[in-house]
Amino acid sequence: MISVRELHKHYRVHQRAPGLWPAFQSIFRRAYEEVRAVDGISFEVKPGERVGFLGPNGAGKTTTLKVLSGLLHPTAGEVRVGAFTPTQRQDSFLKTITLVMGQKQQLIWDLPPSETFELNRGIYGIPRPQFNETLAELSRWLELGTLVSKPTRQLSLGERMKCELAAALIHRPSVLFLDEPTIGLDVSMQATIRAFIRQYNERYGATLILTSHYMDDVAALCPRVVVIDRGKLSYDGGLEELVRHVRPEKRVVLQFERAVSEQSWEQYGKLVSAESRSVVLQVRNDQVSAVVTRALGNLPVKDLTIENAPLEEVMSELFSRSRAAAPETPA
Amino acid sequence: MSLRNTLRAYPVMLKVGFSEAIAYRAEFFVWVLTTTMPLIMLALWSAVASEAPVGRFGQTQFTAYFLASFIVRQMTSSWSAWQMNYEVRHGIMSMRLLKPIHPLWSYAAENWAALPLRLIVAVPLGAVALAIVGPGQLPSDPLTWLAWVASMAGAWLITFLVNVSVGSLSFHIESSVKVMDVWFAVFFVLSGYLVPIELFPGPLRTLADWLPFRYQLGLPVEILTRAYDASGAWWMVARQWAFVAVTWAAAAIIWRTGVRRFEAYGG
Repeated sequence: MISVRELHKHYRVHQRAPGLWPAFQSIFRRAYEEVRAVDGISFEVKPGERVGFLGPNGAGKTTTLKVLSGLLHPTAGEVRVGAFTPTQRQDSFLKTITLVMGQKQQLIWDLPPSETFELNRGIYGIPRPQFNETLAELSRWLELGTLVSKPTRQLSLGERMKCELAAALIHRPSVLFLDEPTIGLDVSMQATIRAFIRQYNERYGATLILTSHYMDDVAALCPRVVVIDRGKLSYDGGLEELVRHVRPEKRVVLQFERAVSEQSWEQYGKLVSAESRSVVLQVRNDQVSAVVTRALGNLPVKDLTIENAPLEEVMSELFSRSRAAAPETPA
Repeated sequence: MSLRNTLRAYPVMLKVGFSEAIAYRAEFFVWVLTTTMPLIMLALWSAVASEAPVGRFGQTQFTAYFLASFIVRQMTSSWSAWQMNYEVRHGIMSMRLLKPIHPLWSYAAENWAALPLRLIVAVPLGAVALAIVGPGQLPSDPLTWLAWVASMAGAWLITFLVNVSVGSLSFHIESSVKVMDVWFAVFFVLSGYLVPIELFPGPLRTLADWLPFRYQLGLPVEILTRAYDASGAWWMVARQWAFVAVTWAAAAIIWRTGVRRFEAYGG
């Protein structure tokens, strides 16, 4: 469905030191630096697959999505989305995809979202019955209600994002590029958006590439992740495998019936955090069952849970490892 | 998008564009106030003509000319250069490029959709002008009227395509609105907006003939105020449409090369 081979996207960025003299100098001589936003990545995505695209700020995630949606022309490499080459921006390609950017909107600011939906109906040539059916479905899933008839500028950020998603999906695209769709939203709205994206994917079998800094989005939606850092691909595979690979330890959370001394639990694993009646320990995978048995026998345990390390920590560790392995070099 | 699909989408685009124009009505009426220069020039030149006619222009002819200038400007204006410049610099152009319709068609639709609002100003003023100068100051030949319609279309196209060209320059340079400011400075002098081109000294008149500014405004005004007979009007319209072709080619080249350089700034 999506095929990316040796994709490179380099930018030429003007460099200037602060101050009046460098500003004056730059009139006559401009210095440029080449930034390798994407530096030779390759991956494939199957139809209907949900893939999380992860990386720190400036890693090249959004640039890759913009190349995939035809907004940017690659410096080198080959990109295919279905039967299309995105840079050609054929109408049939544009009708197949959508790109939702959490920080950009297509809704007309001073008009109600219903006007943007109507505009998209005309532009995408959606037959009226299909438009009504899709809109009713999206409104139900996203609980749009009367939001669609209020001016966009009067909607909250979360309400706007719900309407933005409806506007982006009204033509039933089969490929979704979602660039931080939950950015800035509260926890409840994030959950609503996640549930909606999943529903859409299941209902229409849509292929989905998602970038997000909220690991809950990725954990809830993407069985597979592609990790990119400094324009290079550092991991492509299952989310579970990634966690096991980066952090082979489990977290054992013990809640006690009464306060216990540090000496009583320190033998069981490496301390992550401790409070008067609870402690979180990091334990190697192969020792978890032995540790749990001993703890239950020797300590006043009221409750016990075993979990993976938080994804944020896993990602942070992965990025610091990849940066240590490949220190920054000028282009 | 094929032309057929574009035309099919156009009624909706015009309808939504009109709703948007209505939403910005206050801004629009403020803009109208900034275009009242012909009314000031009317007062000025009428005072001059009260002593003796200037060329073919007596007080009545000046009234007809400057009221026509005001109306033509209302109906042929475009603001796409500023809009494009803003959208390229802020990455908002991405949203247009993702839609299966050429962005230039959507800019054109937004411009046309504001036309009814402009007519609210232009039609009453046209009626007042007609009452003042009388129908005798207007062409009587249907062919000349047809040439006027063609010249209005040509004037709007040149203005729009110049806007697109300058707007597309923002793909190439950091901000292109200053280019539009320079264009406007020359436009005010050489389009016949402040002084009828017929009253220019010979060399300056020749220069105006060979630049596009006159065809953006002066020509429709001249045709409407009987500066030409039918054949003269059509000859000038032919020259105007040659400028349409040139600005069309320029806009297409600057746009196409620009889109390849688009960096879609911002998340």
